[in-house]
Amino acid sequence: MSFVETFNALPVRKSPLLRKLLSLLEPKSPRQLEAMAAEAATLTRQHFGRTMRLFAPLYLSNECVNNCAYCGFSRDNPIFRVTLTMDQVIKEAKHLTGLGFRHILLVAGEHPKFVSNGYLEECIRVLKPFVPTIGIEVGPTEQPEYARMVNEGAEGLVVYQETYDRTAYQEYHTMGPKRDFDWRLECPERGYAGGFRRMGLGALLGLADWKTEALGLAAHLEYMQNHGWKASYTIAFPRLRPAAGGFQPKYPVDDARFIQLLCAFRLCFPQVGIVMSTRESAALRDALIPIGITTMSAGSHTEPGGYTGQGREDLHLTVRGRRVELAEHKPEDEATGQFDISDHRSPEEIAAVLSKRGFDPVWKDWDEAILSN
Amino acid sequence: MSLTTTSLTIAGRTFRSRLMLGTGKFSSGELMRDALASSGCEIVTVALRRADLTGKKDPFANILDYIPQDRYLLLPNTSGAMNAEEAVRLARLAVAAGLPNWVKLEIHPDPRYLLPDPVETFKAAEILVKEGFIVLPYINADPVLAKRLQDIGTATVMPLGSPIGSHQGITTRRQIEIIIEQATVPVVVDAGIGVPSHAAEAMEMGADAVLVNTAIAVAADPVRMGQAFHAAVEAGRAAYEIGVANATENASATSPLAAFLGTAE
Repeated sequence: MSFVETFNALPVRKSPLLRKLLSLLEPKSPRQLEAMAAEAATLTRQHFGRTMRLFAPLYLSNECVNNCAYCGFSRDNPIFRVTLTMDQVIKEAKHLTGLGFRHILLVAGEHPKFVSNGYLEECIRVLKPFVPTIGIEVGPTEQPEYARMVNEGAEGLVVYQETYDRTAYQEYHTMGPKRDFDWRLECPERGYAGGFRRMGLGALLGLADWKTEALGLAAHLEYMQNHGWKASYTIAFPRLRPAAGGFQPKYPVDDARFIQLLCAFRLCFPQVGIVMSTRESAALRDALIPIGITTMSAGSHTEPGGYTGQGREDLHLTVRGRRVELAEHKPEDEATGQFDISDHRSPEEIAAVLSKRGFDPVWKDWDEAILSN
Repeated sequence: MSLTTTSLTIAGRTFRSRLMLGTGKFSSGELMRDALASSGCEIVTVALRRADLTGKKDPFANILDYIPQDRYLLLPNTSGAMNAEEAVRLARLAVAAGLPNWVKLEIHPDPRYLLPDPVETFKAAEILVKEGFIVLPYINADPVLAKRLQDIGTATVMPLGSPIGSHQGITTRRQIEIIIEQATVPVVVDAGIGVPSHAAEAMEMGADAVLVNTAIAVAADPVRMGQAFHAAVEAGRAAYEIGVANATENASATSPLAAFLGTAE
């Protein structure tokens, strides 16, 4: 028994909570939307207070064996690639902690040659002494490997299903292990069994009908809350951004629908954190601060070495799993990012905006010392 | 005007205020500091996971800087711990970092309702009491668990009124009444207190103290709300000490005996 059975039965079996979510996603008048936003704001304040948690992604590698139509790191994209060494990872992380971050999310493409699991464990090990909270966002793996990451000191796992539309999923994920929809769908369960205590679920908006994504994500969240009751959950629904490969989303979600979705999730899941990254514009992020977001990134770079220029000397192409040296290497060349960010403000600026709006920027909300391992 | 009420003694230490405050969810450290002051509280709990325990004075985790320890008893809490082992480790770390050996023992593995785990809480309490900690355990309103904890030497018991941050008030009233009736240590009603009348209600019932956080932290004006809770706790306590009349089903004349004897004017 796993979420796959629950998911497959969704067309005929929906819990009362999922039915409530769907009714909240019906077309609403501007006035109804305002009312939803007001209720969402109240619930958010009650459960999360006047605070905002901050984190930064640290991209370790942009090597990848998958082809995902929307992702800049796709295997067949002729991009500048690099995998950071431990020294470089430490330099990037030190830069981030210098800016205030105490929560770092390690992100990497999926590549058994460049990003083996031993590599991630080593990254966690070298960061643990000075980073209180370490999360992981990498390709799905097996439970024992997750357990090893937890043992090294990671406490959060982020794995987005990308799309909960099974047919669309096959269409966008044309190559690599990521093609296996169910394997990914069961990933949060394996992560929970491996000992992660914060789990981030999500769907990319733009790949399929937004209500399908919302229903799938909500069902996943409801299932995990009941079957993985000791983990705390966050959700995110990033809207696709321009990236290498030039993908155009077939199902763009406008701001009004996006906000409706956010409010609907808050009303159905009052205690679940909602993450909003720098993919969204400064104006939208600021507007949504009081409505339902609980966690934000700031000043992010989506290319390995992006914060301090680490790894520039090692840029290369990867063709059929083999490293290919660049014909010409300019010193200003940098690794290619996963996508373009939209909110370019520095962490300091974001913190100032939060304070001005009556929200306490929370940098540290976890202590690695809590973990039993 | 301040009502005169008896003082509160926990583990041999005496406090004038029967209102304890939590420090989460405030919009800034400054506002939290001002709300603590206005509430008149003397015991302040803080989540260790938000503090810097390394002694490096991390400016990005400086919540403790806003709680002057000459003015308040800082009560470290173990929020974030999922089991006894983790809670014990956190309590030890706090002492090693120079914080008091008092600990608000909170083990709530369920992040949705933050309900305390009775098994792990009991286990951790046993260990910490033996190590000399002053243990104030956060528990569900379970009278037997409360007795078991008192038996092993906890300094208080802290039953919940309703889930943390829920603002539902004292939904566990009947159980808390039993806990109070049987208590040999102070009973602190913790969690779920959403408005001053809930705090007054707990005090009228005979609770020795209440702990409030969300209701003050997220109020439009936390400083004034702190004052409002201060007044409510004093009023409720005074009423309890004076003796609260029992509720009855029927109306009754104010001098029933006089009416019977025909001496009423």
